Amino acid sequence: MRLLTHNMLSSNIKGVTNGFPLRIQVEKVVEKQVEINHDFLRNIFPKIDWKAFSDASRIMGYNELPEEPPEPSVLESDVEFLGKFHHALLELHLEEGALLCPETGRKFPVSKGIPNMLLLEDEV
Amino acid sequence: MWYLCVFYHRLLDYRKPEVESLADLFGAFDDKRSPGLPSHSRALQWRLPQHHHPDSPFHFVDLPSEDIAKNVANRSILVKGIYELWGEGSNYEELEEAIKSYPDDRKLPYLGSESTFKITVDTFGKVMSHQEHNERIRGFSYIPFKGRVNLKNPDINFWLMETDDSATNNGLPPVAQRRIFFGREVGGADRKLIPTYQLKSRNYLGPTAMDAEMAFLMANQAQAAPGKLVYDPFVGTGSILVSAARFGAMTMGADIDIRVVRDGRGPDCNVWSNFKQYGLPMPIGLLRADNNLPPWRPGLKEVFDAIICDPPYGVRAGGRKSGGRKLLKGVVGPYTVPDDKRADHIPSTAPYSLAECVHDLLDLAARMLVMGGRLVFFYPVSREDDSSEDHFPEHPCFEFVASSEQILSSRYSRVLLTMVKTSPYTEELALAARIKHLEFKENHAKWLEEGNNLHSSVFSPAEVVESGDSKESKDSKPKYRGKYV
Repeated sequence: MRLLTHNMLSSNIKGVTNGFPLRIQVEKVVEKQVEINHDFLRNIFPKIDWKAFSDASRIMGYNELPEEPPEPSVLESDVEFLGKFHHALLELHLEEGALLCPETGRKFPVSKGIPNMLLLEDEV
Repeated sequence: MWYLCVFYHRLLDYRKPEVESLADLFGAFDDKRSPGLPSHSRALQWRLPQHHHPDSPFHFVDLPSEDIAKNVANRSILVKGIYELWGEGSNYEELEEAIKSYPDDRKLPYLGSESTFKITVDTFGKVMSHQEHNERIRGFSYIPFKGRVNLKNPDINFWLMETDDSATNNGLPPVAQRRIFFGREVGGADRKLIPTYQLKSRNYLGPTAMDAEMAFLMANQAQAAPGKLVYDPFVGTGSILVSAARFGAMTMGADIDIRVVRDGRGPDCNVWSNFKQYGLPMPIGLLRADNNLPPWRPGLKEVFDAIICDPPYGVRAGGRKSGGRKLLKGVVGPYTVPDDKRADHIPSTAPYSLAECVHDLLDLAARMLVMGGRLVFFYPVSREDDSSEDHFPEHPCFEFVASSEQILSSRYSRVLLTMVKTSPYTEELALAARIKHLEFKENHAKWLEEGNNLHSSVFSPAEVVESGDSKESKDSKPKYRGKYV
């Protein structure tokens, strides 16, 4: 599971008011190379919740991202930053672990890189 | 400029929508993007050659430039070739007249000695002998070709096409009179694409894996391209995402069945290995999720450039959603799984009717597609209803772009629907969707029954045909097959 996916998910258990962001419990992180596409990065940047993203990257062991979101103009010109953004967003992979609901602590397991977001009968 | 567009004679309903979608992708309508203009003004102009039936493979289309024509043709699946027409006629004398009067400044750049060329002779509706081919080619002595001939890999490919008037005898669309065309090829479909990606050599398959040709057509309708993010909420074995990835898009998918998406049939036979097989970039995200109760964070919207999918129709593979069957019917009350069993508990699922599935898909697309993003999906249609009006799903955020029917049996077809998002997702729409969701939950049994109608119309035994009729139909000439190709 990449951080792009993590940034989109929340715990939608019945009764939970704010299930985002899910806390990452790391068991195994893998780095997988992905070809960089600057247009894609520029298009996806406005959709990212930056705080959740940069916090998650630190938990995954990557400390290069700033805590504050950069100005959009940085994406136009700063190739080095784009590289870091790309690496954290698409190349860090949670292979085994879990995502925890911030309110209830309920674990959504991640195995073989695939998060299981299915809710149980009483969470629906 | 008008070009001759020759289609492969199959999937007739899909041909023009594909060209229109690709023309849009490659900028044919870039001067028509101002908000005041309705989206139907973004359409190509088409003409039929004289005496030709609308199902004919030959059409004239007006495209803004040769670059666009080439890009559209090369990316398409159903375009055999797009040609700059140098002449046409009902016989070779007329053709010669036409070619001679075609402007020299259009012809001379392609007749020079620096480029190699060949002339291909093609006939539609009949077979021509090798000797006749050569005779036809020799007949072009009045064209001042200066280049060398290269049959394997010419710079320029000229085509001579003859459509015969005997077509009524072989089940092809009728042609009232013979028509001959001569033109310079500008581009055409990559004939190696489908054999490379065909399902019979696919690493990991499932019963509803999308046929390669159709998956590419869907990706073209959705305008998949580099830099875009494409999502399939019913990803299964990833057959649709493979085609989107081949066209350069980033892909993401979800499925309620974790075995299909995570495990596959082993470490070398799963969704990832399908992408590895073709050297394509892996999907950037695969998850197990229920489309009926999606896991997206509140406030997340306008993320995907396209959503392409083949939802479960409940005919060969039923859809599932969360919530036990008995729970929804009210047979058992809501229950809590004991703590010690929670970790490994597999949540029960209930059948997912087509109506609810499509409602959820439209709601997902309305929210998660960017403005101008496309939703492309299959919708099953019973052919026995005799209703003249097709009732396709609608949603206030979407404008209808195209529908293409593929006949699957005498009982039912599937229609590929293409819709484009033209209105933003509002709080009112979100609320209306939540109300509808609860309504479906309360009337679970009723929707299940409606869904069963399609299933039974496909699988119930056919009516017995009188023996007298069947004898007659064997003796008659092959009927024009129309959309059955």
